[in-house]
Amino acid sequence: MNSQEGETRSPYRDYCGWFEAEDVARIQHKAVQAEALFRTTGITFNVYGAVDGDERLIPFDVVPRIISASEWRRLSRGIEQRVRALNAFLYDIYHRQEILRAGRVPTDLIAGNAAFLPMMMGLDPPGGIYTHISGTDIVRTGANEFYVLEDNARTPSGVSYMLENRETMLQMFPELFAKVPVREVSDYPINLLKSLAACAPPACGGTPTVAVLTPGIHNSAYYEHSYLADHMGAELVEGHDLRVVDGRVAMRTTQGYKAIDVIYRRVDDDFLDPLNFRPDSMLGVPGIWDVYRAGGITIANAPGTGIADDKALYSYMPDIIEFYTGEKALLPNVPTWRCSEPEHLREVLDRLPELVVKEVHGSGGYGMLVGPAASKKELAAFRAKLEANPSNYIAQPTLSLSTVPIFTKKGLAPRHVDLRPFVLMSPQGITITPGGLTRVAMTRGSLVVNSSQGGGTKDTWVLED
Amino acid sequence: MLGKTAGSLFWMARYLERSENNARLIDAGFRIALTRSSTAAAEWKSVLVTAGVNQAFQAAHGDYSSARVIDFLLRDPANPSSILSVIRQARDNARTARTALTRETWEAVNTSWMTLTALLKRQVREDDLPDVLTTIRQQSAQVRGALNGTMLRNDGYHFALLGTYLERADNTARILDVKYYLLLPSVAHIGTSIDNVQWETILRSVSAHRAYRWLYGAEISALKIAEFLILYPQMPRSLAFCSERMENHLAQLQRHYGEETEAWRLAHALSHEKLNAPIQSIFDGGLHQYVTGFLRDTANLARQVERDYRFVE
Repeated sequence: MNSQEGETRSPYRDYCGWFEAEDVARIQHKAVQAEALFRTTGITFNVYGAVDGDERLIPFDVVPRIISASEWRRLSRGIEQRVRALNAFLYDIYHRQEILRAGRVPTDLIAGNAAFLPMMMGLDPPGGIYTHISGTDIVRTGANEFYVLEDNARTPSGVSYMLENRETMLQMFPELFAKVPVREVSDYPINLLKSLAACAPPACGGTPTVAVLTPGIHNSAYYEHSYLADHMGAELVEGHDLRVVDGRVAMRTTQGYKAIDVIYRRVDDDFLDPLNFRPDSMLGVPGIWDVYRAGGITIANAPGTGIADDKALYSYMPDIIEFYTGEKALLPNVPTWRCSEPEHLREVLDRLPELVVKEVHGSGGYGMLVGPAASKKELAAFRAKLEANPSNYIAQPTLSLSTVPIFTKKGLAPRHVDLRPFVLMSPQGITITPGGLTRVAMTRGSLVVNSSQGGGTKDTWVLED
Repeated sequence: MLGKTAGSLFWMARYLERSENNARLIDAGFRIALTRSSTAAAEWKSVLVTAGVNQAFQAAHGDYSSARVIDFLLRDPANPSSILSVIRQARDNARTARTALTRETWEAVNTSWMTLTALLKRQVREDDLPDVLTTIRQQSAQVRGALNGTMLRNDGYHFALLGTYLERADNTARILDVKYYLLLPSVAHIGTSIDNVQWETILRSVSAHRAYRWLYGAEISALKIAEFLILYPQMPRSLAFCSERMENHLAQLQRHYGEETEAWRLAHALSHEKLNAPIQSIFDGGLHQYVTGFLRDTANLARQVERDYRFVE
């Protein structure tokens, strides 16, 4: 919020004016109200591995994170470039593999990668779109320094928090929105519907029927699945609602089976089709793969997109962007050491206490090492893991992430944040909702923002020009 | 609408209705247990039989002490019809059908679940029982209010109401099924009045002891009570009322989908044949057989609705 000189940065000026005139007790009261609101709405998540299976709330902070119009213009240009490159990369990797022939990305990184789906070779997804929905995780380290931390091209989650956080802020502090010009986010579901419908498969006749595929009510992101289906006016289906009928994927309605044109799936590739992928999967639809190949359905995101957000590939993103767009990456990567390369590994082992080390295929903040926060014992244990299986890890410097204020009992206090804007792609273009989900490390000094590790969220404001 | 969604709405409503009915049964049983300790065990047994969980109770506990029965009916996870189990199932079904519910209705169900889960975290003391039972009924009323006030009158609404009336008819019939023996002797010997406390219990378990008095005055006869619970068309928990509503919602569904169903035919027969007889002839033919037949018919109807509207594969 403040510059290094300690002055309030300009995007926060109006908000701070409001905040300073407010009664702290009233805001405190509103914060408690917000929590009750989230509980009633049911925006809870199940923690994997929790014994009691309790439903928990992601902590919500009432102070918005504010981004100026010009900062956002820069960010969105960089994000758009990146998403375009990712989609082009996926098309190439599943067709002629020019980038491998050109030697810009090592072949064995693709061939030996579990996220690469050989069955997608030569297949043209409807509209040429692979990454219908993506989320780009961004961190800030200075006034004009943004880095892309990772790309999420499988099934990025969190968009319902972006929408509900705004809804909650509007209910809690309506007067604030009259004072500060904030760009809307509420058209995300309708943009999602339009974007998905624009990718209808050849077999679709008339208005495309869109459905959201969920693993069911016990999945930790079920709230989001039902939210998106509800706000798009689309059916929320599970594997057992679907079957292949006359060469189409169809859902069992009260009036019999009805064909679906576009399926926004929130299940992993492996679980999509028990006939073609994991035979033990109860979540998918037997035979959906064959319908997909024949142009009978659009699957969003396309199967096999996981190869694009694989952490082992991340360090090649600047090359990938340049290869497909002919431009330099507008948003830089965080410098990354690939532990699979001996000289990188040596450097990582030497500097372990100052680095962040991540598993190549990990997610959700599990299995990572934050060097500066780790004990001697933890460092030694991780060193052994690294030496045993170096290619399973990448390492990055501990960035001095920017902080934004959160509301605490003792007033405002700085905490580290990241940002996940949500990007929609269709043959008609790319739509980025202004802002995105700001995740915040609620513990002082912590750099881990994942909700599974106690991270919270806050509303994200992009100001009007 | 997905068949699964229709089924979830139907079952959500059934479970919500069940929680309310069970709260009433506990209330009626508790009164007798307080005022007539000598018959308490027998009364609790009949409550458990009515709720369809007597066998489960015996397997877990054995003797019918008030504290044990009440805890079993309110909280026991081994009892699939305990208030806690039922409200959880109602909420799970509401989550599954979330896209077919208004925000208000969903939030009312979710709030019920949160409130009752917190309320029933520990064993309920007998002094607190009346308050707890009141809360259970109030929560159910709030959901009904949200449903009535905010839901589109489309197929989803009709599936939910169909579930409500089917569960309610089933519940009233079960009460009659368990208590019919109390009504029989007094009919055989015209003029002997039935045990005051007993008939009041029956009426209390359908929240209608005052309505009965307004309608029939001080005359307490088995025939009149049975007529009230079976045939009286203005009594919202009578078999006739519930059957008429079921037929009506199935007719609306037929109109909505433009397709005739076997389920509607069954409901029509139930309402126009089974419930279109004078009470005396029902007694002449055997009250027990009549009620057993009604329970069989509603069970068949439920299965037919499930088939006609493809709740499951």
